Amino acid sequence: MTAAGNPAVTGVGRPMMGGRRLSLTWVGAVPFLAYVGVFLFLPTAIIAVGAFFSESGFTLSNFANLSRSYIVTATINSIILSAVTAVAGAVLGAVLTYAIATGNPKGVVRRIAVSASGVLAQFGGVTLAFAFIATIGQAGFVYLWLAQHNLDIYANGIWLFELRGLELVYLYFQIPLMVLVFLPAVDGIRPQWREATESLGGGSWHYWRYVAGPLLAPAFLGATLLLFANALSAYATAAALVNQGGVILPLQISNAITSEVGLHEPGFAKAQAVVLIAIVAIVTALYGILQRRTARWLT
Amino acid sequence: MNWRYQIRGLGVAVATLLVVAACGSSGGGAGACTTAKTATSAAACGGMDSLVAAANAEGKLNVIALPRDWANYGAVLDAFAAKYPSIKITSDNPTGSSQDEVNAVQQLGTSSRAPDVLDIGMSVALANLTLFAPYKVATWGDILDAQKEPTGLWFQDYGGYMSIGYDSSKVPTVTAVSDLLGSAFKGKVALNGDPTKANAALNGVMMASLANGGTVDDISKGVDFFHQLKLKGNFVPVQATTATVKNGTTPVVLDWDYLSATHGTDVPTWKVFVPSNAILLDFYAQAVSKTAPHPAAARLWEEFLYSDAGQNLWLKGLARPVRMAAMQKSGTIDTAAAAALPPANGTPIRLTPDQATAAKAYLASHWAAAIS
Amino acid sequence: MIRARRAKLRLFRIVTFLLFGAFFIVPIYAMFEFSTRGNGENAPRTLDNWKAIGTYPDMVAGIVNSLELAVITSIASLVVLVPTMVWVRLRLPRLRRVIELISLLPLTIPAIVLVVGFSPMYQWMGNNFSDSILTLSFAYAILVLPYAYRALDAGLAAIDVKTLSEAARSLGAGWPTVIWRVIVPNISSALLNAALLSVALVLGEYTIANNLLYPNLQVSLVSLGRTNAGVSIAVAVASLLFAFALLIAISFVGRPRRMRSEVA
Repeated sequence: MTAAGNPAVTGVGRPMMGGRRLSLTWVGAVPFLAYVGVFLFLPTAIIAVGAFFSESGFTLSNFANLSRSYIVTATINSIILSAVTAVAGAVLGAVLTYAIATGNPKGVVRRIAVSASGVLAQFGGVTLAFAFIATIGQAGFVYLWLAQHNLDIYANGIWLFELRGLELVYLYFQIPLMVLVFLPAVDGIRPQWREATESLGGGSWHYWRYVAGPLLAPAFLGATLLLFANALSAYATAAALVNQGGVILPLQISNAITSEVGLHEPGFAKAQAVVLIAIVAIVTALYGILQRRTARWLT
Repeated sequence: MNWRYQIRGLGVAVATLLVVAACGSSGGGAGACTTAKTATSAAACGGMDSLVAAANAEGKLNVIALPRDWANYGAVLDAFAAKYPSIKITSDNPTGSSQDEVNAVQQLGTSSRAPDVLDIGMSVALANLTLFAPYKVATWGDILDAQKEPTGLWFQDYGGYMSIGYDSSKVPTVTAVSDLLGSAFKGKVALNGDPTKANAALNGVMMASLANGGTVDDISKGVDFFHQLKLKGNFVPVQATTATVKNGTTPVVLDWDYLSATHGTDVPTWKVFVPSNAILLDFYAQAVSKTAPHPAAARLWEEFLYSDAGQNLWLKGLARPVRMAAMQKSGTIDTAAAAALPPANGTPIRLTPDQATAAKAYLASHWAAAIS
Repeated sequence: MIRARRAKLRLFRIVTFLLFGAFFIVPIYAMFEFSTRGNGENAPRTLDNWKAIGTYPDMVAGIVNSLELAVITSIASLVVLVPTMVWVRLRLPRLRRVIELISLLPLTIPAIVLVVGFSPMYQWMGNNFSDSILTLSFAYAILVLPYAYRALDAGLAAIDVKTLSEAARSLGAGWPTVIWRVIVPNISSALLNAALLSVALVLGEYTIANNLLYPNLQVSLVSLGRTNAGVSIAVAVASLLFAFALLIAISFVGRPRRMRSEVA
């Protein structure tokens, strides 16, 4: 797949105009970049620029205010929550994905699992929060059933309405999301690889460690990153479940945008949004480094 | 080339629209008010009939953040639609906060989907005067001076007392705010929102403060009270909704009495209690948007809300309409509905804007720590 | 040895599906159970809430709007993404990292903030172009970007794009033919996956539609929830089942996958 990659014919189909071939190949990316430029960069720029403004004009105070203790706490909580649910969601989701992919490609189980994942990956907000409240809230039937059997899961406080509860609830959409984005990669595993490993005398361990694992690693890491970003900006579920105290950054942002008791600071909200973007940019950079490293180990 | 036809078609469409719009605005019926955008009263617009004609010509009304179960707004919307059938009401974002309404006005600007009228909390109203158009309803004189802005930029509409609503089949009868610290209330007490964000929740904390020796200038006793509630495990930080009340997760909610009372339909044993040592009253306010896409319809809506019919519908929703005193005197009040209001014996206390500001400043720096 | 592995695999699959199935179904069952409760502690179970769903015309309007948006968004995002991703793989490999980061951007910005960025644009569009709810598809195609990109990227990685396209080109095919008749059929499962993700996202999207004051399915559902808790939860379960049925139906539309044995 590498040595034979040199195309027999280079720059096919495009007349070379003065040797500046590179400028024409960029044209292919223009539609995408233009669309993204108008509908993504422009809003992002509006947000980033807005972070420098407050009621009284241009100011850096929004960024200075990021050092408020409750913002720092919220940021740390957000990172922890997203990291935990991303890793847990990725691992559990990978297990589930493997279970799905090893079944009949046209079978009922696969159809159901993939469709269910598609629906549940986007299931969130007030209804998801309520679903869990109805299950393991203080009036939830699972909690009551456990309590009847002398197992009070809330003996040390109702953790459902705290960060730990959020971690559990977030998994509900993180795992299906993992299935959705990881399944195409797992589908790409050829049975011939397994046969080849076995014919060379390797067992399951060798198969996963040297063959399937390295090939799936980039997709797995990429999917984990996606899950991380997804959890970082998730708002509606947390707003319904952990309504008090703004424990994570999106809740603080929402306070700054929609507070009707005068804590309305849109510029500050935008500054916090810039923090979220920065976090994801940093994590993406780390992911890029990690990917290059693992590629080196595995070849 | 296809696009040439498309531009031609677009040009025809635009021309048609212009003709129709011109016809529409001038042919709205005999004596339709044409200056609705700047009219400061129905009289200035040529009288009620001319205002009605202009509103019918506009044919639409955009309202925002009016949940149907909030102070009986569902019936208000239906009654208006029945009275003026040619005006189609679009009710957006019913769960929005007052700030959401103002944000929508700013974000949608001159779009035809922008909100026409606003029903907002006092602090948001006072902070956004530049967005409103002055308008005085026909019954302007019945509103107390303290409850309206002199030029008509905002005017209060209905209010209620902060209360403790509870399911009497799940918890013992509440006779004082301090009862909530009892062990029977473990994991049961909730607020309607976060006090640093929602007006109702801020007033809930203030009521707790007043009941525990605090004053309107000092909300710290309320924050301490909730800290105690949290330590005892009685406080539940989840957002109280009709679903959580019905489900039993939040059998005790601190909320406006007219909102709390609506839970009675889901939970027949729901009771509303207003503490006699902390009768906290607050009103919401109406305002007409300066950039309202349907100015005549907006003003007609206000006239309807402040008519006896509109005020009585709010009363049926267990809110106290602003013209209540005047209507009681003139005998136009719905006496059955008035009798059904939750009892409040004592002098009501109202927060001034400065006191509200001081309260929220204190909350901003102390609330999160108190309930974590 | 293979038989032993097969048996182990089978056991693993059964246990996995049971555990995960329970985790996902139980909360939905809880919602269903709540929606069938009557009024008061000991009232009998009732399907009243479910029967009442049909009496809300706004709900139907919301569903129709969301379906139209789902179709437009999935087609639009695929049309923009597939040629671009193929082109980047073949000619602009240095752009890959950039596009990957770009694709994560919509996911990172909370929707409540993103709408602040969108609103000037939507204001302009509303005044000069169109006020229709279908213009939301411009925003949704952006929201879908992270998911669609991942799905398509995995699909493209599994086939040898370079060889396929070079082969087609050397046989005289133009770029449209290469993409439409050579690459697309080979990534049909990834395309379907991306389309499924788009549909699910559009059906579940709430914040942007709500803040731009457009009545889509979720917005109608929430506003229904203010009137009646039981009915709103019934609608929530119904919309989940509806989306689920829709996605299963779509899964039958895709071209049959290559007839090969299962993944080992």
